[in-house]
Amino acid sequence: MRLSGWGRYPYIDSHAEYPLCDGDVQKLVELAGEQSLIGRGLGRSYGDSALAHTTLHSLYLDHFRFFDKKIGLLRCSSGTTLASILELIIPEGWFLSVTPGTKFVTVGGAVASDVHGKNHHLDGCFSEFVESIKLATPNGVVECSRNQNASLFYATCGGMGLTGLILEVEIRLKRVPSSFIDATTIKTKNLEETVEILEENHSSTYSVAWIDCLTTGSGLGRSLVMLGEHTKEGGLVVGKKAKLSVPFDMPDFFLNGLTMQAFNSAYYHRMTKVRSHAIVHYEPYFYPLDGILNWNRLYGAGGFLQYQFVIPKEAGIEGLSAILSRLSASKKGSFLAVLKMFGTENCNHLSFPLGGYTLALDLKLSREVLSLLDELDEIVVAYGGRVYLAKDARMSKEVFRKSYPRWEKFSELRRQWGAHKHFNSTQSQRLGL
Amino acid sequence: MKKILIIGATSSIAESVARLYAKQGDEIYLLARNQGRLDKIVNDLRVRGAADVHSAVFDVCDFDAHVSILDDVFDRLGEVDVVLLAHGTLPDQSLCENSAESALSEIKVNALSSVSLLTHLANKMEYVGKGTIAVITSVAGDRGRKSNYVYGAAKAMLSAFLEGMRHRLFSKGVVVLDIRPGFVDTPMTKDFAKGVLWAKPEKVAEGIVRAISTKKSVVYLPFFWAGIMGVVRNLPRFIFLRTSL
Repeated sequence: MRLSGWGRYPYIDSHAEYPLCDGDVQKLVELAGEQSLIGRGLGRSYGDSALAHTTLHSLYLDHFRFFDKKIGLLRCSSGTTLASILELIIPEGWFLSVTPGTKFVTVGGAVASDVHGKNHHLDGCFSEFVESIKLATPNGVVECSRNQNASLFYATCGGMGLTGLILEVEIRLKRVPSSFIDATTIKTKNLEETVEILEENHSSTYSVAWIDCLTTGSGLGRSLVMLGEHTKEGGLVVGKKAKLSVPFDMPDFFLNGLTMQAFNSAYYHRMTKVRSHAIVHYEPYFYPLDGILNWNRLYGAGGFLQYQFVIPKEAGIEGLSAILSRLSASKKGSFLAVLKMFGTENCNHLSFPLGGYTLALDLKLSREVLSLLDELDEIVVAYGGRVYLAKDARMSKEVFRKSYPRWEKFSELRRQWGAHKHFNSTQSQRLGL
Repeated sequence: MKKILIIGATSSIAESVARLYAKQGDEIYLLARNQGRLDKIVNDLRVRGAADVHSAVFDVCDFDAHVSILDDVFDRLGEVDVVLLAHGTLPDQSLCENSAESALSEIKVNALSSVSLLTHLANKMEYVGKGTIAVITSVAGDRGRKSNYVYGAAKAMLSAFLEGMRHRLFSKGVVVLDIRPGFVDTPMTKDFAKGVLWAKPEKVAEGIVRAISTKKSVVYLPFFWAGIMGVVRNLPRFIFLRTSL
């Protein structure tokens, strides 16, 4: 089976297995022998982190185990999607404590990538709300949590599936008065103002900035800062199913410098006021792109790269300016660029966030873009930052080792549980894990 | 609240149907071979809102057990509103061509087991005087084709059996539904390359629940298979024999 990540680069031939129960996983590990295995959910990581000789798809591991509606505790199998969890919990007045920008990910994937959302500055990563994980390691099925097999727990959260196949996850949910968000959008003129507004609104539950990364000079970094709070209005309504789909690959010229510039400019100028308020459903607020299925096809058959880095707060505006200038000079631009402030780093071995600023960009794949990203890597590392593994398809081993200092501890733990021999992805091999 | 019996409950389509009924708050009884997977599904359906979920381990080829297990189900549920037969296997056609034993065993799982179950079920439902008996057959039963005529023959037998049973139960208030899915992406078909004709089990399940609530007799799922099979059935033989269908 030809497989790729969401960015559709790279593609590899992979043997797909669909375990039906926990016991199947153990058998598959034995069967695979020395061949590399990696778990795969909905394939929404962008690069090559869910690619291997054999992929273990969690499609049929999608059962709820229990849901305590009084305290908001939910346990389910790893292949359960955030979309189906929302469908279950919203009517009961609960919401995900942390949600990434799409609901089309599995719980197992959310743990493996230790995903973050618009509330990271206050609440941290997905794993902060994970109580316990049932993991199939080559040495057997184990339960791990902060109190039990703690080192395995910290390695598995953000561990990119490299410690074994996640079977079940127990998460704590968040009480909400309604399924609607009171959203405030503030238009900023440049990067300094953007960062200032983000800092000023640190207490805002959700915050993120859509940033126009094609404008140079004094307008560099002009943004729409989007803040959000849960509101009491609107009641508990589950979202509707997506209606639109991109049925085929767009021609390669569909997204080029000009159309991107036009889009970015139009998006920025669609807001005429400096500040606006709206009550919006959680669906368009958190998952704007979920309304268009297969939106990755907009980038054409050649695929695209998503590049997300974080630089520490100390590097601040100087670091961001350096990177944005380099980026807008390259004219490679991005259809959608998102800037966010992170809260403090957690103690998982390979989790991405650290206290500072993160910027996520989509870039159409090309040789120039690949070398541009190598250059950006150098700048990011020089400022003490790092690049997000869930989006990476091309980082070098050297850059990885410099920016994820706990990688050795992680490798050691993998050896301890026998995972290094069996659980390897194209990405882990490239990164020398 | 409705009372639902599902046989072959660990099949993907059956499980998707069960989830829809669970969400409506119905009471469900599941029969399947694998205890471990059955337990997981029972738990899951409870979380999804089922009023109650019962289950028993059961092999459809154990014909002697049919009466007692169905007695247990009806004792527990009382009047059953919907029975869904979803069990089945996908035979290895070339194996069946070289082994009469394999061909017979496939006919046994895919047709004879249902004939036995349906005979008992028809009598029970006739006595109740309402409800729906829904059976998953296949588009493969519409015409024997070289690629899978053993499977097709079993399903064709079932379809004819259901037609007659529908005729018999019509005046008794019991609806008999023949569900003919096309290609469905399930563990049973995991080795097939998937194309545009393939449907997700969730989609097929929605069609099944809709067909049951609207008291349909025969339904092709997804709907376009009615057209495709219309063409396949009516293809003149001299052309048909030259195709690779």
